[in-house]
Amino acid sequence: MKSQYWRLAFGLITSFVVNSASAQRVDLEVQKILGQSFQAKGIAGLDRLVQDENQALCSDEKLRSSKAGLAKQAQLQKVALAAIKPPSDGIYVGDWKSGERIAQSGRGSTWTDAANTTNGGSCYNCHQIDKKEISHGNIGPSLIAYGKTRGYSEEITKYTWNRINNSKAYNACSNMPRFGHFQLLTEQQIKDVLALLLDPQSPVNQ
Amino acid sequence: MIKKILVGVIFSFSHSFVFAQSNAEEIAKYRQMIADGNPSELYEAAGEELWKKPAGPKNATLEQCNLGLGPGVVQGAFAQLPRYFSDTKRVQDVESRLMTCMETLQGIASQDVIKESFGKGLRKDIEALTAYVVTASKGAKVQVLAAHPQEKKMFDLGKKIFNYQGGPMDFSCASCHAEDGKRIRMQDLPNLTLAKGAVEGWGSWPAYRVSSGEFWTMQRRLNDCFRQQRLPEPIYGSEGTIALSMYMAKTAHGGVIQTPGLKR
Repeated sequence: MKSQYWRLAFGLITSFVVNSASAQRVDLEVQKILGQSFQAKGIAGLDRLVQDENQALCSDEKLRSSKAGLAKQAQLQKVALAAIKPPSDGIYVGDWKSGERIAQSGRGSTWTDAANTTNGGSCYNCHQIDKKEISHGNIGPSLIAYGKTRGYSEEITKYTWNRINNSKAYNACSNMPRFGHFQLLTEQQIKDVLALLLDPQSPVNQ
Repeated sequence: MIKKILVGVIFSFSHSFVFAQSNAEEIAKYRQMIADGNPSELYEAAGEELWKKPAGPKNATLEQCNLGLGPGVVQGAFAQLPRYFSDTKRVQDVESRLMTCMETLQGIASQDVIKESFGKGLRKDIEALTAYVVTASKGAKVQVLAAHPQEKKMFDLGKKIFNYQGGPMDFSCASCHAEDGKRIRMQDLPNLTLAKGAVEGWGSWPAYRVSSGEFWTMQRRLNDCFRQQRLPEPIYGSEGTIALSMYMAKTAHGGVIQTPGLKR
């Protein structure tokens, strides 16, 4: 029953996206087949296949790099940047030790996870961070000596806060998840990850 | 027992990773060490037995199953899959084709396989049968040109699904598998958009996974990729999964099949 509901909702949302789309077209045939090829499991419902404007644009290899696509990217970046909230108490830098644990954890949000499983940041999946951790990916840039090389200025701090909250505010088709936008990490977790990069005491900056 | 030994070997290897020139090199060495004892052989043997044993409501064997090269031809059949079948009017991969044969020859409803879990019951039988079929193409070259209009359509669909971003992390297959030399943690990621990487990926699954002690077919590999993408679950043998296999197989055309592989 629930799955039927989502199939219906999926169809409705799809047609809504099509009607409201400006630059990008949602591929109806692909959406239809995906709707038939997937089933909800655990916390992962069929609603996760519904694309927002950003996902739809970046899924279209040709459009995203066309003139219209690049203009759309710039517009989406502007909207994303404007939507990022600064920390509610004005404090950006949390606890780097907690940040390291969050960076190490790739848990959460899969259909085998519970709804109350705390998400990790999965940072090491893609980035080199503390040089002592040799098991790191390379899809994202190395973050070794992040603060040491960039400095600990207010500007860099705010930029880093924004980048963790919504990397797509700077590059609409970045591979990095939007941790704040989709509430994958809490405000405190984002502070702690930021501290891993920008606390002068963090091993990243030694 | 085998699993324990393998895990031990892998564990001792993990220490030398620090000094390894490349992760892939170490894994290649490790594969060579146990090349004579790939546990996939146990699945292959079980699959061969299932192929020849009468089963299902019709009490028939699968020996007349047509995998694309004629009834009963197993040798080289996997190398030309997925392909269009005129009897089902569908493009099918090895697993969905085996389900068709079970249904038509033995009277076992495909739905009973689809509702099972991996590694259990009828699904486990299909996995063993898959091991049997793919092993009979080991060393052969992938022959998937997608010349039939329906095959071409599936390739195009597969490419779109490959690039389709969704879920709370915005991931698509392309997020990890569209560039050379990329890794998640220590795990090398084949670039599935080009022939070389596509052969590495498509040509080495199904495989025995030492970490879980299980034989994983391509359907299962895709299933776990989507789990990690934080997307909902692909339905076993669904059109979307076959489209992705068609995309990989055609891109891998001409490459040598190494399956059943051996994985971390």
